[in-house]
Amino acid sequence: MEKFHSCKGLVAPLDRANIDTDAIIPKQFLKSIKRSGFGQNLFDEWRYLDHGEPGMSSGQRKLNPDFILNLPRYRGAQILLARANFGCGSSREHAPWALQDYGFRAIIAPSFADIFFNNCFKIGLLPIVLDAKNVDQLFREVQAEEGYCVVVSLEDQSVTTPGGEAFLFEVDPFRKHSLLNGLDEIGLTLQHVGEIKAFEEKHRAAQPWLFA
Amino acid sequence: MQTLYDKLWQSHVVHEESDKPDDMALLYIDRHLVHEVTSPQAFEGLKLAGRRPWRLDSILAVADHNVPTTGRSRGIRDPISRLQVETLDQNCEELGITEFRMNDLRQGIVHVIGPEQGATLPGMTVVCGDSHTSTHGAFACLAFGIGTSEVEHVLATQCLLLKKAKAMQILVEGELGHGITSKDIALAIIGKIGTAGGTGYAIEFAGGAIRALSMEGRMTLCNMAIEAGARAGMVAADDITIEYLSGRPFAPKGDLWEKAVTYWRTLKSDEGASFDKVISLDAAQVKPQVTWGTSPEMVTTIDGKVPDPSQIADVVKRHDMERALKYMGLAPNTPISEIRPDKVFIGSCTNARIEDLRISAEVVKGRHIAANIKLALVVPGSGLVKYQAEQEGLDKIFREAGFEWREPGCSMCLAMNDDRLAPGERCASTSNRNFEGRQGQGGRTHLVSPAMAAAAAVAGHFVDVREIY
Repeated sequence: MEKFHSCKGLVAPLDRANIDTDAIIPKQFLKSIKRSGFGQNLFDEWRYLDHGEPGMSSGQRKLNPDFILNLPRYRGAQILLARANFGCGSSREHAPWALQDYGFRAIIAPSFADIFFNNCFKIGLLPIVLDAKNVDQLFREVQAEEGYCVVVSLEDQSVTTPGGEAFLFEVDPFRKHSLLNGLDEIGLTLQHVGEIKAFEEKHRAAQPWLFA
Repeated sequence: MQTLYDKLWQSHVVHEESDKPDDMALLYIDRHLVHEVTSPQAFEGLKLAGRRPWRLDSILAVADHNVPTTGRSRGIRDPISRLQVETLDQNCEELGITEFRMNDLRQGIVHVIGPEQGATLPGMTVVCGDSHTSTHGAFACLAFGIGTSEVEHVLATQCLLLKKAKAMQILVEGELGHGITSKDIALAIIGKIGTAGGTGYAIEFAGGAIRALSMEGRMTLCNMAIEAGARAGMVAADDITIEYLSGRPFAPKGDLWEKAVTYWRTLKSDEGASFDKVISLDAAQVKPQVTWGTSPEMVTTIDGKVPDPSQIADVVKRHDMERALKYMGLAPNTPISEIRPDKVFIGSCTNARIEDLRISAEVVKGRHIAANIKLALVVPGSGLVKYQAEQEGLDKIFREAGFEWREPGCSMCLAMNDDRLAPGERCASTSNRNFEGRQGQGGRTHLVSPAMAAAAAVAGHFVDVREIY
């Protein structure tokens, strides 16, 4: 997993609630058996005017000039600002893969769907929950000021605006530790091999039909 | 006093970081269902790390998302889809994982075949790289969808690191009206609490109306828990659960069966157990539901109208509604009964079980799809559902009514195979998501129950199924 300490990045505002994982990465791109290369198809149906299929070169395709990420001022954005319930729908990890592959390092929203939120931590993409009021303020400031950047510090659990205002966010201590150190979660779990085996034995004795 | 969720959680804790309820715990996983879309990168990761699956007999694999629903003997036409299915076949063969291949009678949608085989049992933890894994909670399991990194984690360790959710009880008392199904309950609940209403919760569905549901009905309800934002939905075990499982291939037999049943009967919330949130619904008040927008919470009743964004005060909500109506090609205040679908899809992990096919067949029996319906599809949830339906003559009823009778798979629920909507086409669908582009780019989805989809097919517009059935 990629480490995450802090990041100073340009913010792109995607002013919509309930953005689902079908919108983040449409299903035709899930046919890939690889883990990389999804960035060019992030928000495919909103980003391009033509219908995208796997294998198409994004350079040859017609961009939707109205889509926020296509505006020159948001090129190179590393922080995505969105509304409530971001990432709802399917469990596809391809959604966080696509966001990360595109270049995003953190997503700020008032709330996230559970599976998406969880998937982000597994790959080192930081989902940040801020108060709807603070998110509103960020939307206003981003839209008003070109080149608007914030500093995200995982260590301090803060998002700092260009004006020096810092918004604090919560993060589970275990997840924070894993992200700061880029730890392999499977490796960590395997440190408990003895406990897993002991549990399994007890479980088998209690419910032998599960092991038949 | 414990909730069902507490019991399922506690009986699977392998390790806790601390005794603080907010801390992560390592939970043991009993059943790992695998499909072709979310597993290849997990198998690759496992291989690259030089690891092997922890417990092969916990895994059951099937290809369902990419499989064609016609001409199966010719294989899969799309080379990228074919490679994905072949990759699953190869991984299962190499590692010795039980897989139902595409032309096996037992093949079907992963959330249909798990219960059908008795591979989903009460008291289990069940995971799959698929959000609709919540379906299996109908069997008093803790069942939830996971991402690909977690698929690899379960393969390697048989465990997952999880944070306990809050508990929500949705109490549905009273009796459902004629022609009203658990799909209508599910959509009515989502209309009430919203698609984020269950975020952070595990939902237990309880009450007289839930106990009266068949296992098929309970699966539909738990399937839609994720559309309410809850990763897991569940129903207590009872006679209906036990009756359903009796004699299934993967279910215990003989003495083990008796022992299991004794345990399964304890899988319910204790009298007086407390929930973080309780929501009540009167089953007698539930009417047939139809979604009008691009999120399952954008739903109303068949006698309702498309809402008017100009009446909405909240700016973000109003913009979302305007955007949804534009995408759906609907004018505010249009009566739902005047909306005319171009296609009808009866299928998906939500509604492709035998009971769903029976009720739709009853509605269409002796009738024919309307002239404006370009295509009406029935895609059974599994080869065994298809076989059973054919034994009952349902295929004949559908065919005579002008429906196409297809091979099992996810099909037009998410259109990863060739079954899809063309831009602008409108569909009455028994699936679970009406997101933009879900059934094909530019496609317009209206979620309904199987009875309502069948009624719309014969009427040519949405109609209260109680008027014709």
